[in-house]
Amino acid sequence: MTAVVTTEGLGKRYRTKWALSDCTLSIPAGHVVGLVGPNGAGKTTLLNLATGLLAPSAGTIEVLGGRPAAGPAQLAKVGYLAQDAPVYAGLSVADHLKLGVRLNPGWDADLARDRVTRLDLDPRQKAGSLSGGQRAQLALTMATSKRPELLILDEPVAALDPLARRDFLSDLMETVAEQEVSVVLSSHLISDLERVCDYLIVLIASRVRVAGPVDELLSTHYLLAGPRRDPARLPAGQEVISASHTDVQSTLLVRTADRILDPAWTVSEISLEDLVLAYLSQDKPKRDPHRRQPHLRQRPHLEVQK
Amino acid sequence: MIWLTWRQFRAQAWVALAVLAVAAVALAVTGPNLASMFDASGIVGCAARGNCGALIDAFGYQVGHNAPDNVLDHLGPWVLFAVPSLIGMFWGAPLVTRELETGSFRMVWNQSVTPARWLAVKLALIGLASMATAGLLSLAFFWWSSPVERVSMARMTPGTFGATGIVPVGYAAFAFTLGVAAGILIRRTLPAMAVTLAVTAGAQAFMALWLRARLIAPVRAVIPLSSAVLSQFDVSPRTGRFIVYTGGNEPQGIPGAWILSGPETITTPAHVASQACIQSPALVPRPCLADLARLHLTQTVTYQPLSRYWPLQWYETAIFLALALALAGFSLWRVARRG
Repeated sequence: MTAVVTTEGLGKRYRTKWALSDCTLSIPAGHVVGLVGPNGAGKTTLLNLATGLLAPSAGTIEVLGGRPAAGPAQLAKVGYLAQDAPVYAGLSVADHLKLGVRLNPGWDADLARDRVTRLDLDPRQKAGSLSGGQRAQLALTMATSKRPELLILDEPVAALDPLARRDFLSDLMETVAEQEVSVVLSSHLISDLERVCDYLIVLIASRVRVAGPVDELLSTHYLLAGPRRDPARLPAGQEVISASHTDVQSTLLVRTADRILDPAWTVSEISLEDLVLAYLSQDKPKRDPHRRQPHLRQRPHLEVQK
Repeated sequence: MIWLTWRQFRAQAWVALAVLAVAAVALAVTGPNLASMFDASGIVGCAARGNCGALIDAFGYQVGHNAPDNVLDHLGPWVLFAVPSLIGMFWGAPLVTRELETGSFRMVWNQSVTPARWLAVKLALIGLASMATAGLLSLAFFWWSSPVERVSMARMTPGTFGATGIVPVGYAAFAFTLGVAAGILIRRTLPAMAVTLAVTAGAQAFMALWLRARLIAPVRAVIPLSSAVLSQFDVSPRTGRFIVYTGGNEPQGIPGAWILSGPETITTPAHVASQACIQSPALVPRPCLADLARLHLTQTVTYQPLSRYWPLQWYETAIFLALALALAGFSLWRVARRG
């Protein structure tokens, strides 16, 4: 499996604050990769480092085998749709296409023109007066018409209404299918990721918490419900991602490559959203190891008081 | 890249052309009249007839009371001093900050052109436009004001030197690159504009008030006082010394020079002066002045002669162009390095 983005101990510091630190990950080629994580996990910083808009403060990053933005050839290989879909408000749609022609030797003018026609954008309209959805579409046109090998999108639909979001994502899927381009897409809207991504990376505090093809992730995570039980006593090979307990019942999210054989459990499959949420909420108590699994630790005290 | 630079600079370029056009029309309409007024004044060749003073006064009165000429004569230097700062503030400072503030740098710096090349093209093209704007304004005003200049010989004075010749070109290049560099460092348009204005005006003032006089070692001259320049004298009640005043500020024999110090007031012990002077100082009697002339009094003057106008222009322009190159190099380095 070849990688489009590889980082090794990557870090970025703003003055004294580290926006991303010691991040080591590998993003495979040939996928639509969803990058999720809580605010402040370093997603945007990571993508800005991958496009060369930022220079790393520590570690290394390699994109398609080269240093990000190292030269015109490297820039031509990566298309970037930045957060909030920046375009020139004072330039018309046609001006933007002309900008693309002038600044990109590999610009596909037919593709750009077809897209603008298909999306029903008026070439004479100023980009500043486009709707949010149209602006995102124009920015995507700019990013794809240079025929990149890797397309990076940072929260492309966050600011769009549901209808525009649906249009944008289906358009993105068509483009990806036509161009055979690798895609990295960050979003905090997991339902959107579920529709377009076939590979998922959960980034929490600069660390990859879980990564893998979406199918594989869904087929190796199970939601178990059954009589109350200490998660530590589960068979080896079953990793507990999250656990919640009532007096008599335990609900566990476990990750395992094997099948669940214990008949005491009611096994159900989970949605991608539940899976991601489990990993994200798991992160919080982890910061203080003594407070791990608070319910179980406090339990004996309660019993004594009874 | 050239197309994009032009597309984004278009509006500002039209403003500059409009300003140049207004200036050109104003100067072209009034210029010939000013020149013919000068020709009619008879100042050319007045030295032979010995009536220069009166003719120059008459010409100065005419210019001063002709509204358009008077306004242009005073406005011209101000405009030429202000244009570099305006260029730095409105062309230089927003060049990068505008992209940062709207976020469009994240789009344009991901085209197949490196940010350093993007900036290099913009710096070169808009920098040249800045220099051309200042240069053309300076040239037009230089042509228009040449009759006034032949009379006032004020070209070397701080109020005129920086607004004539090629120095405004250097100022413009400096202010533009300063604006760009300030924008890259500060990352916000308004503070960058304020810094550009303050530093440009400060550099112009520093040059005029301190450094320019020292670029070439000034001439120091001891000028004998003839009775012609002596106009008045007095006895200091405190020291009892005899104080001699000369008529104008201008020492004779160095027309158009930029006087840096002096002429000093000449003092001499009272007993050296003749009895005639002490008896009736207020009347300035001729015999007294003749007596003073016989004392061979001298005064010391340091100055930059008019002949150094162009050498000083070249020095100063070179200094500002070198600063502009350094600022451009710094900006390119920062943009190429990023973060």
